[in-house]
Amino acid sequence: MWRYVTKRVAHALFVMWLVATTVFFGLRAIPGGPIQAMLGQEATPEAVRQLRGELGLDRPLPVQYVDWMTDLLVLDMGTSITSSASVTTLIAQAAPRTLSIGGFGVFVGLAIAIPAGVIAATNKNQLSDYVATVVAFLGISMPAFFVGILLAIVFGVWLGWFPVIGYNPLSEGLEPWLRSIVLPGIAVGMPYAAGVTRMMRSSLLEVLDQQYMRTALVKGLGGQTQLYKHALQNALIPVITVAGIQLALVLGGTVTVEIVFGIKGLGRLLVDSILDRDYPVTQATILLISGIFVFMNLLVDIAYTAIDPRIRYGGEEA
Amino acid sequence: MSNDHELGRYKGEFGAGEVPPEYEVEETIEEHRTLATRVVSTLKRDKLALFGAVMVVLFVLTAVFAPFVAPHDPDDQFGFMKSPMSHSSGDFDGDGQAERVLHVLGTDSFGHDILTRIIYGARVSLLVAFATVAFAFCIGTTLGILAGFYGGIVDSIIMRYVDFQWAFPEIILGIGIIAVMGGLGVTNVVIAIGIAFLDDFARIIRGEVLSIREEEYVTAARAVGMGDIRIMFKEMLPNAVAPLIVQATLMIPFAILAEAGLSFLGLGVKPTTPTWGLLIADGRQFIERAWWISVMPGLAIMVTVLAFNMLGDGLRDAFDISQEEVE
Repeated sequence: MWRYVTKRVAHALFVMWLVATTVFFGLRAIPGGPIQAMLGQEATPEAVRQLRGELGLDRPLPVQYVDWMTDLLVLDMGTSITSSASVTTLIAQAAPRTLSIGGFGVFVGLAIAIPAGVIAATNKNQLSDYVATVVAFLGISMPAFFVGILLAIVFGVWLGWFPVIGYNPLSEGLEPWLRSIVLPGIAVGMPYAAGVTRMMRSSLLEVLDQQYMRTALVKGLGGQTQLYKHALQNALIPVITVAGIQLALVLGGTVTVEIVFGIKGLGRLLVDSILDRDYPVTQATILLISGIFVFMNLLVDIAYTAIDPRIRYGGEEA
Repeated sequence: MSNDHELGRYKGEFGAGEVPPEYEVEETIEEHRTLATRVVSTLKRDKLALFGAVMVVLFVLTAVFAPFVAPHDPDDQFGFMKSPMSHSSGDFDGDGQAERVLHVLGTDSFGHDILTRIIYGARVSLLVAFATVAFAFCIGTTLGILAGFYGGIVDSIIMRYVDFQWAFPEIILGIGIIAVMGGLGVTNVVIAIGIAFLDDFARIIRGEVLSIREEEYVTAARAVGMGDIRIMFKEMLPNAVAPLIVQATLMIPFAILAEAGLSFLGLGVKPTTPTWGLLIADGRQFIERAWWISVMPGLAIMVTVLAFNMLGDGLRDAFDISQEEVE
């Protein structure tokens, strides 16, 4: 098992290095270079030279590359060009908001999806199955930001239960924090729940059809034990895969949903920095979002070992 | 086989020359059915897929004939933020007489008729979606065929890249590419989402190529001296095209959602273009006064995506492709 985990961690680090390198070269591949893009067409040569010097772009490429990597290791990501705040500060402000929304979204999504999938599969072709299937089908057809707007209109504007704009940090108390992330969290969680429900249903249906389930029945196992000890454990493996892959959906959804609810999270930071051509912020945000994503994938990979003994005992080539 | 044949030669023996009926093996030749017949028979059987197909055709026709279908010009301005099924009165066509104009879905904050904007928006959405999937299809398929056909180091490099990209949020990748290309517009959106989607095609076709690489017709093609390129694209690709078509159908709704997302963020097409994503973004500021501005285009996205998903699910069943193979 430890061999497997080490291998996954090494892979995650490799991917992060690849992302950092891609971002490094991608930035330098911008037509006209970032300096031109930042200063505009009629920049004076002195201004260009000065900014190049400030950003260290006048040094040889390998030196820049090594510098960039060492700066990354100590989390020094430079200074924002538009606001002259340090990029680390900006990100430290934005990241908790995005993580709160995303985390709440995943929580809501799984809390809905797994029971809904189990209910649909165990009541195949009954009313509850149809309802779950249709709702899930609708769910995968709606972008998160549209779900967000619908929620804001119904629960924010019409019913007035939740704020439709802004974010309250956890330090101001649990309740204000929860109230500000409920709607965005659900908006992000709904499309996620839809995808996972579909997978949970089809996976459980497949398992319920297996020989060993009949064996369990013959052995005289009761419905509940049979369902939970035999069926679910096997059915969950593909569900975890999908739930892991679809975290990308949550992260992508958070970026758009933040804008719906006027929350200055990583998504807002990223979009604003692109529109303002604030490249130090852009690259740091992309790196951080990638980092979060790679880390979550790593957690999913490790979660497999808890569920699938074939991996735990090193039987599976991973 | 040959044994049977020899047995038949002994005269007078049982079964000479003929096989007793109970041992007769019914010869089944797998009937070749063209792509079109398979699709048609699916649509006849699967009502949901048929419904999806009809909707898709309707959307495409609406988009193509937008100027004839739409009640107004997308830039015509009427009363601001009129609710659905309301009228605006005034002289809009400049003939000196006031008219009453019906707005089935209301008007937006600029006084544009929302139904008209949605119909014109269908053009951009569908165009971008088809172009994106075509782009991803061409490049992804080429990469996947090369990887599967040559194997070895080519395979390793291409598939490492594809795996890397596969494990990455598509919208973030799209945003990153837009940032590097540094500009808004349809072409950039197509390239950005197209690159973000090519991994799926590459993975699928590679798997197919690996499974047919050792088939006799490929060996035969090599024996008669066909070049690699011709074997890959004339012999293998046509035999592996079914899952790709299903995948393409399933990718179109994702492309529509991705385009809407980018436009919503203001990183998509130019701000004056009528698109669904921009309409929603525009209406966001006015949800307290005019909910319909963002809800109507959102519903348009939902219905379109739903139709493509229904069609895609039906096609997947038709070609008997497992859910794991395509997403």
